[in-house]
Amino acid sequence: MTEFTPWASLTGGALIGLSAVLLMAWEGRIAGISGIAGRLLPPWTDEATPSRLGFVIGLVAAPLAWFVATGSPVVQTVSSNLPLMAAAGLLVGFGSTWGNGCTSGHGVCGLARLSPRSVMATAVFMAAAVLTVLVVRHLM
Amino acid sequence: MSFLVNLALGLLFGIGLVVSGMADPAKVLNFLDFSGTWDPSLAFVMGGAVVVTFLGYRLVLKRPAPVAAERFHLPTARGIDERVVIGPAIFGFGWGLSGFCPGPALTSLGIGAPGTLVFVPAMLVGMWAARLAVARFRVAYPD
Repeated sequence: MTEFTPWASLTGGALIGLSAVLLMAWEGRIAGISGIAGRLLPPWTDEATPSRLGFVIGLVAAPLAWFVATGSPVVQTVSSNLPLMAAAGLLVGFGSTWGNGCTSGHGVCGLARLSPRSVMATAVFMAAAVLTVLVVRHLM
Repeated sequence: MSFLVNLALGLLFGIGLVVSGMADPAKVLNFLDFSGTWDPSLAFVMGGAVVVTFLGYRLVLKRPAPVAAERFHLPTARGIDERVVIGPAIFGFGWGLSGFCPGPALTSLGIGAPGTLVFVPAMLVGMWAARLAVARFRVAYPD
């Protein structure tokens, strides 16, 4: 059970959108995390590697910054089934890169651009995830 | 300079994930679980993010170029192909198993849960494998 948090979620979503808009304004790139993280790995095909490294460091530092600013730690429940998490990590990494985007690149930036490819991608990963949770939580 | 600007924007994005509750995989899994303990929060996160991005992009993309680059790098691929069906299906399967997509997984790294410490390296291996496969099979790979 998790608490429904409409206002906090709307606010957090707006901050994510603001980051995406400012990244486009600054260097004209889509704020897609799978693309940013995946292109940190070789082969490096352009000169934006330092930018991507900065963005990922900022992402990773966010919970610490939040804790320093507010005094409250980030509460989360992560599965401790390590083989499952390893398999899930491989699937998420491979699938999001093969599909040219994840929840941010397709689900936020792509939908905001009204891209048919992103609409398709978002519908497919949402459906696949809902189906997976249905099977794992209710049918197994 | 771009490094520092991107660091600030990554921080803003990560704070957004924390504030929205999306750094907690349990909240994501509960959104995906319509027939159980449904938590609609994720729809509000995406709604807020898409509306701000839609309006912001309209302003930004009217400009001739971004501040620190010669041109806007927008995806050039058009039309539906297998890339945006098979890839998202595989991604969604892993997302439903773990409750992690790439952003929240990276943001969770420093919190140090064992599941995260296993997930993130595996995710990077998966990304690398996909990039190599794309290069090997010469699949169109627009930026």
